[in-house]
Parts: sequence; C-alpha cells; structure tokens
Amino acid sequence: VPGPGGASEITFELPDNAKQCFYEDITQGTKCTLEFQVITGGHYDVDCRLEDPDGNVLYKEMKKQYDSFTFTASKNGTYKFCFSNEFSTFTHKTVYFDFQVGEDPPLFPSENRVSALTQMESACVSIHEALKSVIDYQTHFRLREAQGRSRAEDLNTRVAYWSVGEALILLVVSIGQVFLLKSFFSDKRTTTTRV
Amino acid sequence: GWRRAMGRPALLLLALCAAGARGLYFHIGETEKRCFIEEIPDETMVIGNYRTQMWDKQKEVFLPSTPGLGMHVEVKDPEGKVVLSRQYGSEGRFTFTSHTPGDHQICLHSNSTRMALFAGGRLRVHLDIQVGEHANNYPEIAARDKLTELQLRARQLLDQVEQIQKEQDYQRYREERFRLTSESTNQRVLWWSIAQTVILILTGIWQMRHLKSFFEAKKLV
Repeated sequence: VPGPGGASEITFELPDNAKQCFYEDITQGTKCTLEFQVITGGHYDVDCRLEDPDGNVLYKEMKKQYDSFTFTASKNGTYKFCFSNEFSTFTHKTVYFDFQVGEDPPLFPSENRVSALTQMESACVSIHEALKSVIDYQTHFRLREAQGRSRAEDLNTRVAYWSVGEALILLVVSIGQVFLLKSFFSDKRTTTTRV
Repeated sequence: GWRRAMGRPALLLLALCAAGARGLYFHIGETEKRCFIEEIPDETMVIGNYRTQMWDKQKEVFLPSTPGLGMHVEVKDPEGKVVLSRQYGSEGRFTFTSHTPGDHQICLHSNSTRMALFAGGRLRVHLDIQVGEHANNYPEIAARDKLTELQLRARQLLDQVEQIQKEQDYQRYREERFRLTSESTNQRVLWWSIAQTVILILTGIWQMRHLKSFFEAKKLV
C-alpha cells in the first residue's frame, strides 16, 4: 500500500563530462513523476535516464531540454535516475528536476478521517490544489525566464568582446595591407631613379 | 557497487526500515563538494534536512548512521556573501532566510579527515530542501495557535498565496534586469556598427592617401 509521499525539487550544477545520479526508495503502486529542465549552459540539453530496481530502463532520452515522465512503480526498491553531460567537453550545465513520489502528505497526518469533508473543507482542498498548480507554473516560467536571461547576458558579453576585437583586427589589417603593398614596391638594390 | 546491495533483499528491507521517511539520496566522495541552487524571492525561508550513511566495505552495505562524521554546510546569497557556514553532525537540519532575491547556493561537503572512514570511498546523503510555504510545519502551527481544521486550511491557503505574490514581485524584478540587459545589447550593437563604419571610412581614406603619396614618391603615378 503506497504511503504518504512527497516531492523533491532540486537545482544542481552538472560539470562537463560528468554524470550525477539520484536514488529514491519507492513502494510498489506509487505513482511518480519526474520532470526536468536545463537552465543554463551550452545548448541547454542533457541526457536523462531512469531505471527501476532491476536495472530496466524506464525512461531514456538524449539531449533533451525539458521533459516530464510519469510512471507507476511496479516493484518495491530503489529507483535511480541520472543526468549526464558526458557529451559536452567544456560547458557545465545547471539542471532543475522535480521528482514527485505519491501524493503530498495530508494536512492532518495523525487523525483518522472518520467523517467526510464538509463543503468548506472540500473547497479549501480544491483551492489548495489549484494554487499548487499555479506555483508549479510559476516555477516553470521562472526557469524559462532564467534560460532566456542567461542567453541574453551571453549575447551582451559576446557583442562587447566581438566589437572591440573586430575593430582591432580592422585596424591591424588595413595598416598591415598598406605596409605589405609598400614592401612589394621597395627596391632591394640601392639604385636611384632620379637623374 | 549498489547492485551487490540489491542482491540482498533482506538487508535492503532493513535499510528501508532504518531509513524511515522516504527521501531522495545521492552519493558523494570524500573531498567532493556538492552544490545546489535555490532561486528564491526575498524574505523566504528555506529548511534543509540531511542524513548520511556510510558504506561499510566488509558488510558491503550502507550503515544506518555514521557516528563521528560531520557535514559542512555553506550557503551563499546571490552576491556571493556567505549567509550560513556551519558544521553539523552526520544528521542535521539547516535553516536560512533570504534577504535578497536571487540564486542562493547551498554547498555540502564532508569534514572527514580520517581516511579510514572513507575506505569505501562513498557516502550516501539523504537530502530534503523545503522552500517557503512547504517549509511550514502545519501540525505545529495548529497546536501553537490552537486552530481548528478549517482555520488551519485557511492559513495554508494564505501562505500559498503569499508565496505566489512574492514570486510575482521577484518576477517583475527579474524581467526588469532582463530588459536592461537587452537594451544594453541593443545600444552596444548600435554604437558598434556606427564606430565600425567610421573606422572603415577613415582607414580607407588613410590607405588611399598614404599609397598615393608613396607611389608619387616612387614616380609610378
């Protein structure tokens, strides 16, 4: 019988050529959802792999920016999911994931619910669920915005360096061209052309 | 590795029972430092709970607890200033409240100086980080303020709405930063293209004049 679950939301840094794995012990019959999103780094993609206690691969995707995977645990044991940045040689990534196992624990864990919820209580429960989904949307929006802002800041720095660099190259090349041309026409011998 | 542990279901069940509450965990090396990022609005409380288990090489299983081992927890605010830097035991709970909105970095590493402890090379760390409204302990609040069930539910809804408002304020602040960055890029591109054109024209004129005087001196023109 699945017990009370919970959610783990973690944002971590994945260095280049690295793989990081997380584990969780899940009881049979629990409905779980794994959602991940790459926030910064390179092409904003990562490899993800989810395995059950026997090592069977339940989910495997390469170079994904965002995905969501729901499954029901078919057996008791340790489920493992890994994020890999092994295909990248020099960009480290920041990855966010949200692993929801079962349902959130109820507000009153110690009480046995003998009577059904009153209308007010049911209304509170619906509002709570709706607000949870609002907070969830806000989180995803914040991550997308962080991604966009990271790209914009990269662009800003790149434009600054590139414009200075190109101005220098332009000057060097045009001055260099003139002197090179002059060297084609300069006499090696010291003959004078004047009468 | 962990596959050998999987081959002993009895021990696994024991480990599950000892683990108690379900939790996410990962493995960390002796000198390894693991960092997590929490992007949060200001005045938001963050509570982190962790528990460590050490790998016993002889029994090839993770021991239920690790006496004598401590974890160092360091939290930095978005400006890089250290907000929390403390040593905890093998099991601990750390709390901090953000005073500036942005990326807070939570880093953990073990303080093990004795090589013998880490013979297996691995430490299992159970970690749970709760932010904002999730950090509230409602049964405790109900007992302390003597709230009825309905009042407690209303309190939870109020906390959730407060969290949503804070996040929206933070969003406005971030969007302003984003806009400033984009406008700065726009300005830079504009000035750069003007400057490039000016440099191009000036070097062209200089080139022609310099070459003309050179060829005149060489009596080629």
